[in-house]
Amino acid sequence: MAGPSNPPSLHEVLSSNASAILARWSEEQLRSGAIRRNLISDSQLQQESRELLLALTDSARNGEYTDISGPSWAPTRELLAQISESRAKQGFTASETATFIFSLKLPLLHQIQERYAAAGAEASFEAFWTATTLIDKLGLYATASFLAARENVIRRQQEEMMELSTPVVQLFEGVLALPLIGTLDSARTQVVMENLLERIVSSGARIAILDITGVPTVDTLVAQHLLKTVAAARLMGADCIISGIRPQIAQTIVHLGVELNNVTTKATLADALAVALRRLGYSVQKNTPGQQQGRE
Amino acid sequence: MERIPVLKMGDFLLVTVQADMQDRLAMSLQDDITSRLSKYKSRGVLIDISALDIVDSFIARMIANIAAMSRILDAQTVVVGMQPAVAITLVELGLNLPGVLTALNVERGMELLRASSSAGEGAGVNSDRFED
Repeated sequence: MAGPSNPPSLHEVLSSNASAILARWSEEQLRSGAIRRNLISDSQLQQESRELLLALTDSARNGEYTDISGPSWAPTRELLAQISESRAKQGFTASETATFIFSLKLPLLHQIQERYAAAGAEASFEAFWTATTLIDKLGLYATASFLAARENVIRRQQEEMMELSTPVVQLFEGVLALPLIGTLDSARTQVVMENLLERIVSSGARIAILDITGVPTVDTLVAQHLLKTVAAARLMGADCIISGIRPQIAQTIVHLGVELNNVTTKATLADALAVALRRLGYSVQKNTPGQQQGRE
Repeated sequence: MERIPVLKMGDFLLVTVQADMQDRLAMSLQDDITSRLSKYKSRGVLIDISALDIVDSFIARMIANIAAMSRILDAQTVVVGMQPAVAITLVELGLNLPGVLTALNVERGMELLRASSSAGEGAGVNSDRFED
């Protein structure tokens, strides 16, 4: 009787009962409700489960169950990271991704219970504990990978937003406009300021219009950032006009006691452009139809 | 000892800062500018700092001082050619150089000086700065 005296290792349990574990695991996944069928196909799910179980069995080969950061666990970690990343992209939540791994626990413990039936309470407890901690670690690793993938997406989107939201456009010879959209924090102010000053140098603009129509709220910090941009542009020899101040924002600015005395402010971008053109010595004239015909 | 040249151009003084401004150099520049101002009875000083990549708080204060001294001697100061990075640093340091006129390049600076000297005393007013 080999069983009781020498109970199988976790690796043996995994490798000899793979198909039973896999079948039970799939059942468990569906029962847990963590798999949204509309986000992932059954065949893909089956394949991922099979690959993961194979990699897990392979990594467990040399009896290392407690530390999954070693080289023998590298293929499993890689596969887990890959699965988590695709789950993140498919729109699963972190807990659903973790449940995918945790649902392996019951089938595995079931197998251990069967194989250790004759091995005595202490040995079975030992095996249970090893398997549980191992699955926990894998689950945590999957969650961490999932979050890292999500954070990557967020970081990339932030960068793109930063690029998208700070265009500097030339409205006229010597007049730049900066339509600000979204909340101004210090990081964005820095980007806005750099873009604006570079464009002032390259285009030789004398007047820059900061349009804050798209800025939802102006608090003291945002006002301070605006004033900084105005001051920096002045040091470069360009005048700033702030336009797009909504009535609500005008009230807020006054209530907050923000000093905008040294800056020209206008209600709309059109007004600001008119002021800019006047300062540059241009005048805009409307031709009546009669005059136009006479000229042609 | 090296000095920063102060050139006379008609009614104005032209100062191009090329070297890194050491403290001693900055002090002697103040001396030079004020003595030339009273000697030539110049109406304006144009300081070109386009070659400076770094302007610290001392230099910024010195520029503000030169502007204040010139004003007492009835001359207008224009700082031209500030690098974007320098402008951002000065603003972050809270040094907005109040009372100093600024322009993008020497040409614009001279334009500004001529306009302000012909307009008499109303030089610092934004609305009549630009004349085409």
